[in-house]
Amino acid sequence: MTQPFRTAADGRIDRGQALRFRFDGRSYEGFAGDTLASALLANGVHLVGRSFKYHRPRGIVSAGSEEPNALVTVDRGPGRVTPNLRATQVELYDGLTAFSQNRAPSLRFDLGALAGVAAPLLPAGFPYKSFMWPRSFWRRVYEPAIRRMAGLGRAPAQADADRYLHQYRHCDVMIVGGGAAGLAAALGASATGARVILCDEQPEFGGSLLAEPDVTIDGWAAPDWVREVVATLADKVTLMPRTTAFGWYPGNLIGLAERLTDHLAQPDPRTPRERLWQVRAGRVILATGAIERPLVFPGNDRPGVMLAGAARTYLNRYGVRVGSRVVIATTDDSAYRAAADMHRHGVTIAAVVDQRAAPDNPLVEAVRALGIPVHVGAAIGGTDGRRRVRAVRLANSRTVIPCDAILMSGGWTPSVHLASQSRGKLVFDVALGTWLPSDGAAGACAGTFDLAACLRDGTVAGGSAPGSFAVASLPEMTPSPPSAPLLSHPKAFVDFQNDVTIRDLAVAAQEGFVSIEHVKRYTTTGMATDQGKTSNLNAIAAIAELTGREIQDVGVTTFRPPYTPVTFGTFAGPYRGRLFAPVRLPPVALADAVVEDVGTWKRARCYPRPDETVEAAVARECLAVRNAAGMCDASTLGKIEVIGPDAAAFLNRIYTGDLAALEPGQCRYALLLGEDGFVRDDGIVARLAVDRFHVTTTTGGAAFVLHHMEDCLQTTFTTLQAWLTSVTEQWAVIAVQGPRSAAALAPFIADINLAAMPPMSVREGHIGDIPIRLFRAGFTGELGFEVNLPPDHAQQLWDTLRAIDVTPYGTDAMHILRAEKGYIVIGQETDGTVTPDDLGLGRMIATGKGDFVGKRSLSLPDLSRAGRPQLVGLLPRDPAVVLEEGAQVTETGRAPALGHVTSSYRSPALGRGFALALVADGRARIGATLRVPQGGRSQGNMRGKTIEVAVVDPVFHDRPGQRLRVRPGPRPALLPLLPAVPHSAPVARPAAAVEMVALAPMTLLAVRAGSHAATSIGLGISVLLPTVPNRSVIARERAALWLGPDEWLIQAPPGVMAPSATTPGATTPGATTLGATTLAAQARKAAEPYPASVVDVSHATRALEIVGPRAAWCLNAFCALDLDLSAFPVGRCTRTVLGKAGVVLWRVATEVFRLEVPRSWLPYVWACLEEARLEFTDDDPPEQLPG
Amino acid sequence: MLLIPCPWCGPRPENEFRYGGQAHIVRPARPEAVDDDVWAAYLFLRDNPRGRHAERWRHVHGCGRFFNCVRDTVSDRIAASYKPNEAPPP
Ligand SMILES: [Zn+2]
Repeated sequence: MTQPFRTAADGRIDRGQALRFRFDGRSYEGFAGDTLASALLANGVHLVGRSFKYHRPRGIVSAGSEEPNALVTVDRGPGRVTPNLRATQVELYDGLTAFSQNRAPSLRFDLGALAGVAAPLLPAGFPYKSFMWPRSFWRRVYEPAIRRMAGLGRAPAQADADRYLHQYRHCDVMIVGGGAAGLAAALGASATGARVILCDEQPEFGGSLLAEPDVTIDGWAAPDWVREVVATLADKVTLMPRTTAFGWYPGNLIGLAERLTDHLAQPDPRTPRERLWQVRAGRVILATGAIERPLVFPGNDRPGVMLAGAARTYLNRYGVRVGSRVVIATTDDSAYRAAADMHRHGVTIAAVVDQRAAPDNPLVEAVRALGIPVHVGAAIGGTDGRRRVRAVRLANSRTVIPCDAILMSGGWTPSVHLASQSRGKLVFDVALGTWLPSDGAAGACAGTFDLAACLRDGTVAGGSAPGSFAVASLPEMTPSPPSAPLLSHPKAFVDFQNDVTIRDLAVAAQEGFVSIEHVKRYTTTGMATDQGKTSNLNAIAAIAELTGREIQDVGVTTFRPPYTPVTFGTFAGPYRGRLFAPVRLPPVALADAVVEDVGTWKRARCYPRPDETVEAAVARECLAVRNAAGMCDASTLGKIEVIGPDAAAFLNRIYTGDLAALEPGQCRYALLLGEDGFVRDDGIVARLAVDRFHVTTTTGGAAFVLHHMEDCLQTTFTTLQAWLTSVTEQWAVIAVQGPRSAAALAPFIADINLAAMPPMSVREGHIGDIPIRLFRAGFTGELGFEVNLPPDHAQQLWDTLRAIDVTPYGTDAMHILRAEKGYIVIGQETDGTVTPDDLGLGRMIATGKGDFVGKRSLSLPDLSRAGRPQLVGLLPRDPAVVLEEGAQVTETGRAPALGHVTSSYRSPALGRGFALALVADGRARIGATLRVPQGGRSQGNMRGKTIEVAVVDPVFHDRPGQRLRVRPGPRPALLPLLPAVPHSAPVARPAAAVEMVALAPMTLLAVRAGSHAATSIGLGISVLLPTVPNRSVIARERAALWLGPDEWLIQAPPGVMAPSATTPGATTPGATTLGATTLAAQARKAAEPYPASVVDVSHATRALEIVGPRAAWCLNAFCALDLDLSAFPVGRCTRTVLGKAGVVLWRVATEVFRLEVPRSWLPYVWACLEEARLEFTDDDPPEQLPG
Repeated sequence: MLLIPCPWCGPRPENEFRYGGQAHIVRPARPEAVDDDVWAAYLFLRDNPRGRHAERWRHVHGCGRFFNCVRDTVSDRIAASYKPNEAPPP
């Protein structure tokens, strides 16, 4: 017979829908609506696991998330194995496959149970004391053995095959727990018009009401009342079943883990398995209820021993009798309800054993009247049975009562875990003998156990007048305080999950542990995933008894998040595979390159020809630059426009050189120091006009330098009038370097005479229609130019130059070429402790110009002491040797180290290995021989050898710098570029709920100005610049977005190009530039006489629109802002973070958001939003990348 | 994730901000006029209180402004935020 312990009728299971499932390989049947635990119990299965330490047989104790024993592994197929799920929370579905844990070889026969025989050898603190010697045994013997024996479940070996998502949300009232008090609170809160979220860890709302068919509320049976209330709430409150509030973090941030698919036999692959919600709540109402306490008696951990309330839940909610002949052990009135209900369903109640001398409740008499023997002032002294309890022995008595289940109740502990996590105050309630949240709780969590009072208090907690509910209930009961455990029975278990007994607590007390926090750590009681849900108060009561104190004086431990375990997948969310780290692509395609990661960027290391090795390609590229012409995509360099009447004075405060001395059209290499005097960044400062500079930074330093400059302007040099605009993504940079570079470039540039450009100069001009900023500068020591141009045209210029034999070179060649010239790389020759003089760049410091950041520190004694590291060159005696970077440089080959190798390469030009190094007093050692021991990472037969090196000047190539000063030849005949590469914008992906559209390029201006200038600009360009934060103004086809108190983004349609000038089929960067140039000129003119910064940023970002009823939802999967229409209405705009990308977000209509995304971030942002919208589409899910 | 009140934009999620260290550290107006100890103290000495701490934040992924917060380092509660030129609340 299947399901022999199922009742004949009743319960909330669907008896018409039988489900097959397997547990430890055996097939069983249950019903829809069952949990794995209720289905197992219906089949008479109590033994479901082995304990953590002693491998004792254990059974199901509870019916909820407090379950300490019934931890199982559920196998949903490859990559979908989840250990440590509580069987009491696993919803049954057809075909469910689960396994018990912690047993070898089988649940019924377990070798590890021998540890139980050895239990006297394993008291609290045993590992700390016993596994210490010999030391070498710890890692090799003790730890592996303990790990094999102990632990819970087994970590899955395969990559997780499921999808996970995040969701950010804001609400006024967050209600945790959907039982009577929580539902009443939701009614109360929704009546005030507040935004309310109600979550419950169970699949159904109702909590304990679901197991109370005999209670009526307003004339409805309790479960039916729940159904009606949920229906009422459905359109006013965000209802979240299967959702655990696992953590309460500062700022009322509540972490919710929503389980979406684990209960389904055939989940939709587009639906995430779980969703992490980060809810920012105005206030939080805890309606988390109370957890019944086990009784601490010998043999209280045998399968078949469970909580009385749980047995009642199995009976009334799931239609399962947990035994046929049961003994009830209690110190609390509530257990008598279980006795009465089970008796009614034909279960024999062999006895009620009540520890209290004179229990005083009508229920007791009612149970006696049923003929059930009630032993008062009695306790259980022991139990019999191995894999299932067989009998109860009463303490101090010869009475033995046969039974197949023991139902225990030690009273109820309000579930205050979240209140404790929030660092809210817990107050001790003397009558209940336990702690309660000082405020913000309702129902049993607040110590209220009367149903009518729970409902009334709930509506008040929700913010409304006390609701009136007509409750017909069982007799009122007040839970008992925790009773003193029977200390005379040391082997009684206090903490089932961590296998902690009274004896362990006694050892802790005996060894002098007084603080409950120390007892917790020493004995492990209340630790790990369980967080002491069933055990905590009993342990505190035992310690109180053992140390002669009151419970309130012992105190309570701080509960830790998560309330119940949360999967790694939930926390990782979508940030895996292609979204694990943002990938930014430079403008020139990398298809024929060997690629490396440089921060978030992908860059080309080199461009090997077919059948060419990387080494050969790098050598060829180096020689091409030295002997002819090469080109490199240097677009990742940071670029900042610095504009304003004090721009020069400001840059003089930021960089070491005298930049005010630059004439427009000149540029200069510049060093940026920290205030501590150490080199932080370098770059080129170009003066475009008296009040306008174009500054480059390193690739990795771009964000830091902008931040540092803003810091100086906003908080330190506040009187200087200058503004900053990042143009990193506005300009692509193609560095064309080598003796033939001018000849290669000149045919394409009509309006700049290259021959008239001196070294370190800058000109603005055009290639065809395309605006360029041309620098005569480089990083190779050769005649060279850096062409700044709109990124949409970078590939076009690249392909054109390649067709005339300009050799592409990558970062490998770039590094060799710069090192041959002794040029430093930030982060390689510098490490945050290196001064300009250390680098041999003392000449970069302008002493006459006044104060600058870092100047004062340069005169600190330590920054000019003898023995400082100095940059030198190293030449290995053996020219074939290439030193290991990072290797120590020594006098003798042994300590002490004089310094280290900072850069080391093979130079194709020199035909040998060479290196740069920072060496103590290095410049005085030039000519000397030093020794460099090679470490384990060095190549081939170099490993472990000590290499003799000559210390030389760090400039290996063209020390006089003659090659930089070459005068380019006369201007040749003009040539056109190859046709533009049509740009492939991502296409719109329509769907009913949410659509993504890539918009055509527009004119974009970054305006930074004071309030007078801003007003004038608004009038001048016919769109007022809003003064209220995060607002936008639209006038005709133009829009002005407030981005900061002195910063706006202006959007306008692209300009209209003369047809003859437009390349057929090309995109419209020329048009946006034309529009931007015209509009910018208008704006600048309008601002006069006030200073203002107006910069064309049309190419720096790409616009996306997210459209549809689910648009806000999809954005909130990656963006933490409150996008509710009430908080973020139409017209609101702001910079924010989407995933890991900084974007501008603008709500242009109720269901339309516009994003301005930095162009290199577009693929990443697009992929994020695709992931978010997948569940609302019929698309095939993309292949999940591993990892 | 903290909720940080920007004086311009209002309360916003922490991931939009960049921390800027202790507030009200004033750079000497004439660095060359202070002795090495004063300068070193300006560079390196910072408070590490248990409790109330005035500190700089920048709304880097928002309005871009630097401002100051008074945050309790135990509870992470932010008592006030104010613009750089304003005095901390009592
Ligand atoms: Zn702000």
